[in-house]
Amino acid sequence: MRVFVPNDSAARSVGADEVAEAIERIAKMRGVEITLVRNGTRGAIWLEPLVEVEISGVRHAYGPVTPNAVDSLFDADFLHGGSHPLALGPTDQIEWFASQDRVTFARIGISDPLDIDAYQAHDGFAGLRKALLMSDAEIVQEVLDSGLRGRGGAGFPAGIKWKTVQQASGEQKYICCNADEGDSGTFADRILMEADPFTLIEGMTIAAIAVGASIGYIYIRSEYPDAISRMKAAIDIATLHGFLGENIAGSGKRFTLNVRVGAGSYVCGEETAMLESIEGKRGVIRSKPPLPALSGLFGKPTIINNVLTLASVPAIISHGAAAYAARGVGRSLGTQIFQLAGNIKRGGIVETAFGITLGELINTYGGGTFTGKPLRAIQIGGPLGSYFGVDRLDVSMDYESLLAAGGMLGHGGVVLFDETVNLAVQAKFAMEFCAIESCGKCTPCRIGSTRGAETIVKIMSSRDAAEIAEQKSLLLDLCEVMKDGSLCAMGGLTPLPVKSALENFPSDFQGALS
Amino acid sequence: MSYPAWDALTAESLLAPLASDPGPVLIALQKMQEHFGYIHAEAVPLIATTFNVSRADVHGVLTFYHELRTEPVTQAQLHLCAAEACQAMGARELAASLEGQVNAEISQVYCLGNCALAPAAVINGKLMGRATAEKIMEALA
Repeated sequence: MRVFVPNDSAARSVGADEVAEAIERIAKMRGVEITLVRNGTRGAIWLEPLVEVEISGVRHAYGPVTPNAVDSLFDADFLHGGSHPLALGPTDQIEWFASQDRVTFARIGISDPLDIDAYQAHDGFAGLRKALLMSDAEIVQEVLDSGLRGRGGAGFPAGIKWKTVQQASGEQKYICCNADEGDSGTFADRILMEADPFTLIEGMTIAAIAVGASIGYIYIRSEYPDAISRMKAAIDIATLHGFLGENIAGSGKRFTLNVRVGAGSYVCGEETAMLESIEGKRGVIRSKPPLPALSGLFGKPTIINNVLTLASVPAIISHGAAAYAARGVGRSLGTQIFQLAGNIKRGGIVETAFGITLGELINTYGGGTFTGKPLRAIQIGGPLGSYFGVDRLDVSMDYESLLAAGGMLGHGGVVLFDETVNLAVQAKFAMEFCAIESCGKCTPCRIGSTRGAETIVKIMSSRDAAEIAEQKSLLLDLCEVMKDGSLCAMGGLTPLPVKSALENFPSDFQGALS
Repeated sequence: MSYPAWDALTAESLLAPLASDPGPVLIALQKMQEHFGYIHAEAVPLIATTFNVSRADVHGVLTFYHELRTEPVTQAQLHLCAAEACQAMGARELAASLEGQVNAEISQVYCLGNCALAPAAVINGKLMGRATAEKIMEALA
């Protein structure tokens, strides 16, 4: 009898370890034999700790389980699917999961994340095995044809980046995976690394084979200790099984993978700052050109992709570009891993094709606010993303539509705020955050952010209409300077949350501090 | 959380294996902090000499990253997430209610990746979701 209790850090943050311990202890006390599997999360964070029992090959879910509820679960004979107030029925039939289209996250939460046999039993390394039979150019073409774009936020076509690195000359090339997932409201990279680390390894290995890179780095933020240890363990296991190292799956090709850990700097999620940090330096961004694809890590041609981009590659190769590109809308092809967060009833991972509306995401999956108070604002795409009001629930969740609506998709995070939020305070925070995290290279970002926060305070403090108008115009002017005068997205996009707050929630700025 | 006292010989032996790394300064500083809990002033010239870089370079890296610290850890560590998803669930009010109420060093962090279970906190290295002042005080007790 297999019982599953997630070992994901979010699940553990609400007692999954204690639940697992209680299940083992009580099973022993009652003389019931069970095999406890610590799987990854299935992504329904609102149901964590989500306990599953496998009955004749079908998994039945119970959640959210507290350690105190475990006794009553045994009383209700949950090991045989007994009814209980926490019973959710067969996991695959829970509407929240069943209606999703899990492609990149197909394996999330099914097995012990470090069980490489289970990984292979669920289609793992199928993409790599297929890639090893293809030419380098064919792999790159497949990624190009899939329409896969950078999931870190910029949305640059992955295939074009790969092609540039492939065609660059040089003995040494690198693959760098950006796992510095600093955007508030996003946690998909963390979940993938904790729950299905071999998928990232497989994606990076395919990229390495395609462009002829022999060394890879995964740059993981230090705030993710569980993801760091799990990725390191997975690399060791994959190496031991011959999927990394000197002779990948018997092909004679070699690829070694290293983990680098951040040190609490948001701007190191910017690709060139990340390269500096991997090189052991201050995370100050570089001017482009040269493009990292031609002169990246240690000055060598380098692919830099986000975790989700690289983790989507195995499925694209194994099921074909056409199957992936058949999903989505316009130039936003495939699936997006949305993350529902903040003041939300049912937060977690929703993977679905691009083109779902914001309203569907929030209402169908999110279930509204956690507090039950009316929803007032939604920030999409992290701290550099726009704040929308409830009048924009019709917006289609894809790169182009969000851009047209004055926002950006970013890393796919959706953060809800109820009616208690004040958007002037949020706008001020956006500027303050930029001041704290700016690498200092560009003046508009380094100094403009501080002046911006001060100007917002002036607007909030004043009752003089003429002064408010003057300060608002100054603020908008400053936003333009930051947007046009900053080398990277830190200073360049901080105006997005500020301007959207000002435009969509003007009343919040009126006399907020006067 | 207790760490061994600074000791230059131990530091040297911890740094030695990093000599072959192409960009060792940040990982050297991290290694020092991991072992001693902070970066002792003597570690800066030691890292500079070991890896043949200037002290200014090492100092530059040390002062860039928010997480690297130059003072020993003497108290329990409480990290409170202060980013948007947690703000939406009352992180500001939570931080205000804890100020002066706990015997711990409180630091603000920007996102712990637990945004669906906001507000989030880390107490002596352990992540807590749906944090409340009561739960945090109990965990620190």
